Amino acid sequence: MNFVFPNELHVTWTVMIVLYPYITGLVAGAFIVSSLYHVFGCEELKPISRFSLASAFVFLLFATMPLLMHLGHAERAFNIMLTPHFTSAMAGFGYIYSTYTILVALEIWFVMRSDLIRRTRDSGFLPWICKVIVLFNYRDTPETRNADHRIAKVLAGVGIPLACLLHGYVGFLFGSIKANPWWATPLMFVIFIFSAIVSGISVLIFHYFIVSKINRWKVDGPCVRSLAQYLWAFMIVAVALEGMELLSIIYEQTEATDVLSLLIRTKLFWSYVVLQFFICSLVPFFMLGITSLFKLSDRIAFKMIWVSSCLLLAQVLLMRWNVVIGGQLLSKSLRGFTSYMPGIWEKEGLITAGVILTLPFVILYVFHCIVSLFPDAEKESLPTHGV
Amino acid sequence: MPCNDISRRTVIKQIAVGATGTLLLSLFPRLSFGNGESSGKTKNAAGKRPLYAYAVDTSRCIGCCACMRGCRAENDVPKDRYRTWVERYRVLSNGEVQVDVAANDQFVFQDPPPADITKAFFVPKLCNHCEKSVCSQVCPIGASYETPEGVVLVDTKRCVGCGYCVQACPYGCRFIHPETHMASKCTLCYHRITRGLLPACVQSCPKGARMFGDLHDPLSHLSIFMKQRRYRVLKPEMGTKPKCYYVDLDIEVI
Repeated sequence: MNFVFPNELHVTWTVMIVLYPYITGLVAGAFIVSSLYHVFGCEELKPISRFSLASAFVFLLFATMPLLMHLGHAERAFNIMLTPHFTSAMAGFGYIYSTYTILVALEIWFVMRSDLIRRTRDSGFLPWICKVIVLFNYRDTPETRNADHRIAKVLAGVGIPLACLLHGYVGFLFGSIKANPWWATPLMFVIFIFSAIVSGISVLIFHYFIVSKINRWKVDGPCVRSLAQYLWAFMIVAVALEGMELLSIIYEQTEATDVLSLLIRTKLFWSYVVLQFFICSLVPFFMLGITSLFKLSDRIAFKMIWVSSCLLLAQVLLMRWNVVIGGQLLSKSLRGFTSYMPGIWEKEGLITAGVILTLPFVILYVFHCIVSLFPDAEKESLPTHGV
Repeated sequence: MPCNDISRRTVIKQIAVGATGTLLLSLFPRLSFGNGESSGKTKNAAGKRPLYAYAVDTSRCIGCCACMRGCRAENDVPKDRYRTWVERYRVLSNGEVQVDVAANDQFVFQDPPPADITKAFFVPKLCNHCEKSVCSQVCPIGASYETPEGVVLVDTKRCVGCGYCVQACPYGCRFIHPETHMASKCTLCYHRITRGLLPACVQSCPKGARMFGDLHDPLSHLSIFMKQRRYRVLKPEMGTKPKCYYVDLDIEVI
């Protein structure tokens, strides 16, 4: 048994389409962390509230890049908004993405307006950029700050459903493809939302520790421990949902069950069973459980939290890979599988993927040079507790 | 002066109406420009617009793959991609089902048959030109569409090459053309059928296993054939209502 329809020998959606839901997931997750502080008043997350909002924005800027790399005719990409075909779920992308980008940009503007005004008083070229960004309005009083704060809070509140919509919609793109039994599940968009939050929190922890280490800042214990608890809770829900999806496939015993079982046991054994489930889900589950339930020293707890965040970042990337690529490995003939290995130097290859994943961090650094993303940490100069 | 009779309000109204109309036409370009090719033949012998469909009599197919050669000669089909293909099914005495295609440059089934075959047959496949084509549904910019004659086509002036239609087609009939970087598929040789010719695959089939015709014409060869024979479609559970009908199809065929 290994028969695939002849046009299925070539995998259409490459590693670029793996990155697209991954990056939008980072956006949604980072934004929700920032909203936990701005909307729900989780004060312990204040040290990374700006950082999380800026991360969401920067990742958002790069969310379309893998799509543009993938499109056969990227020059026609804007047509998706000019001549949308509303029977397609994909037709909504341009509108959802644009609305969300505008909202996040506005929220950042209101959150950081006061700091940008302060930067305009410096000398050099950068203040000029800041002057343009604040639209040459330098009024900065307690009243204006209050107004900015109120507006930012409203925008953050509106942004939460939009973040869920942005990423849930990406899951829906896959879950609504009835031709593919590995994708076609109503659970898909819920799984995508929760895994997005997991990846968003993970990337913030991962990056925060590295930035603190490089700058010799003191890692904010309550903030990191709180993030770790949220991460633990969301990863439990995400992994449980993924497990339930698997359980329903096995239990329903449809005509596709045998071939899906074979897909998991052969083609996806390492990436799905071993890496995604056992190593990158169970290990962080236990580590975060220990750091959440037991009182460990900061040094050990921080190391465990950082390692967990790295593993969960990998877990979500693997999940995207197993969904996007795994679904295409399975032939619609339900009689066999094709193969896929991304090239290294090609247009949709691994180097391109690496560059797309790295660039947001570079832009985030530039962002930090304009307006500090860690104003509290920069005020202190205590030795680090980081990894 | 006549222009003095036009009030400012009227001018603003006219501008608003014009702008709204332009906006609507740009949002729904089908209203303004139509959608790709239009049929040269708008009415059939019965005085109706034709509804083209396809039938395959699997018991007649001998697996010669002349249809595949004909398709490739007629259309710009790139190497290793297929607008139509022929599947070979071999059921062994132990119940095992072997399936393969002559998906090579020579279009021949090469390997010798195993000794213990209990049943063997060929099944030609092509785009099903579904009545509720999911590929057209999911196209984000409407580049994939159905003509009034029921043929599903791709507008090469619009396709962005996102590949969503390739994923959505339950029959694996679409592919991304490696040179044009756009979705490509069987057009039922639209350029031929609108001139009263047969699709290349039907024309080149030596056994008459492939049939093409107009379902709106009760006297067409296909309409008569469909009334006389029992048939089914592929993957009816997908709800796509395919217009490619298979006669004498084995349960093993998906």
